[in-house]
Amino acid sequence: MLARRVIAALDIKKGRVVKGIKFQNIRDAGDPIELAKRYEEEGIDEIVFLDITASYEKRRILLDLVKRVAEEIYVPFTVGGGIKSVEEIREIIKSGADKVFLNTAAVDNPGLVKRASKVVGSANLVIAIDAKWNGKYWEVYTHGGRKARGIDAIEWAKEVERLGAGEILLTSMDTDGTQRGFDIPLTKAVVEAVDIPVIASGGAGSPEHFYEAFKIGATAALAASIFHYGKYTVRELKEYLTEKGIPVRME
Amino acid sequence: MIAIVDLGIGNLANVRKALDGVITSDPYEIEKAEKIVLPGVGNFGAVMEKLEPLRGVILDAINDGKPFLGICLGLQLLFEWSEESEGKGLGVFKGNVVRFKGVRTPHIGWNQVWQKKDCPLFEGIKDGAYFYFVHSYYVNPADESIIAGVTDYQSKGNEVIFTSAVCKDNIFGVQFHPEKSSRAGLRLLANFRRL
Repeated sequence: MLARRVIAALDIKKGRVVKGIKFQNIRDAGDPIELAKRYEEEGIDEIVFLDITASYEKRRILLDLVKRVAEEIYVPFTVGGGIKSVEEIREIIKSGADKVFLNTAAVDNPGLVKRASKVVGSANLVIAIDAKWNGKYWEVYTHGGRKARGIDAIEWAKEVERLGAGEILLTSMDTDGTQRGFDIPLTKAVVEAVDIPVIASGGAGSPEHFYEAFKIGATAALAASIFHYGKYTVRELKEYLTEKGIPVRME
Repeated sequence: MIAIVDLGIGNLANVRKALDGVITSDPYEIEKAEKIVLPGVGNFGAVMEKLEPLRGVILDAINDGKPFLGICLGLQLLFEWSEESEGKGLGVFKGNVVRFKGVRTPHIGWNQVWQKKDCPLFEGIKDGAYFYFVHSYYVNPADESIIAGVTDYQSKGNEVIFTSAVCKDNIFGVQFHPEKSSRAGLRLLANFRRL
């Protein structure tokens, strides 16, 4: 049976992990490879690298990192953050990433989604959507959550599916950072609106939160701090999910 | 030496590392190799075109009894033809390659492989172990005795049980990506390396 996926997210700046990491066994706490390896050992299904390095000149550093990850990590990984062109997407895939994700550039230029899906294949193209409830609808935000776009996230999800996205990485800005659970109403609405897999993101604080997201149809769920701070290991989380009858990969 | 045939698509760094092989598209090097791995991502026809100059040397190696492992599209290329596009496969096995119907396609993610017979690739790997898949097509062998593993994909109220591994004498093929399948995948690659 196809397993639900547990995904770890790493924020990268100039080739280093930027969120505080408190693992004791990792000598170089800021090294993405060491952290990714640890997650892999614990049974993570996929890793997402979000590059928050703003400038284009630093792109070379990201590509070097992608190459290193591709050589040393034996689970699929996705790379995104500030990607604006098909050329960049091609370069990242060629360096060894399994998938790329687009966010701001997709909203600014929906044609890019279509072109990108043709170049790298829908299966390798993820569209990240950051959404926030504005009292009437879930509104799409871009530029790392700084810019409201006046677009309904549900409609946008349908649109990117039509344009060729293979997957949606859905982050709720209302729940992100709260550790009080994923945004279930938002996630459910998007899952029901599209046929492609939806990755729930934002707000994971306990194993129960993952269970809630999978129960309403999320194909995968993503978290950062719950793993970073060693609050729960991936293995503990998966043991819990197995007990609750959610199909997950156990080794 | 293990030759990992480079068809110029995708990055083979971790396949090379896991197998301690050499990435090459040089027919002479492939001929010299003790084992051959044919990874593959992309379109059946386009990849077959790239493979055409190497068809003879690969078939010779297989007929000489050298261990051969096809991964993903590399498994599909062992068969006669594919619904995906025109072009003849290597035709080592009778049968074709068909597209998923009635289920969400592509089939992406971790799914279980149920072992159908003894195959040295699966030594030390438990029945029903999870491997990572990304594909829209699967092989349909005419000779069922070559099927080493099957996978069950349920989606949208439908179910497809497809061949996810084949095994016959020195010829092996897997639909999943062992190089992306963590411990189970590394074990499978190590098993191939030890043959």
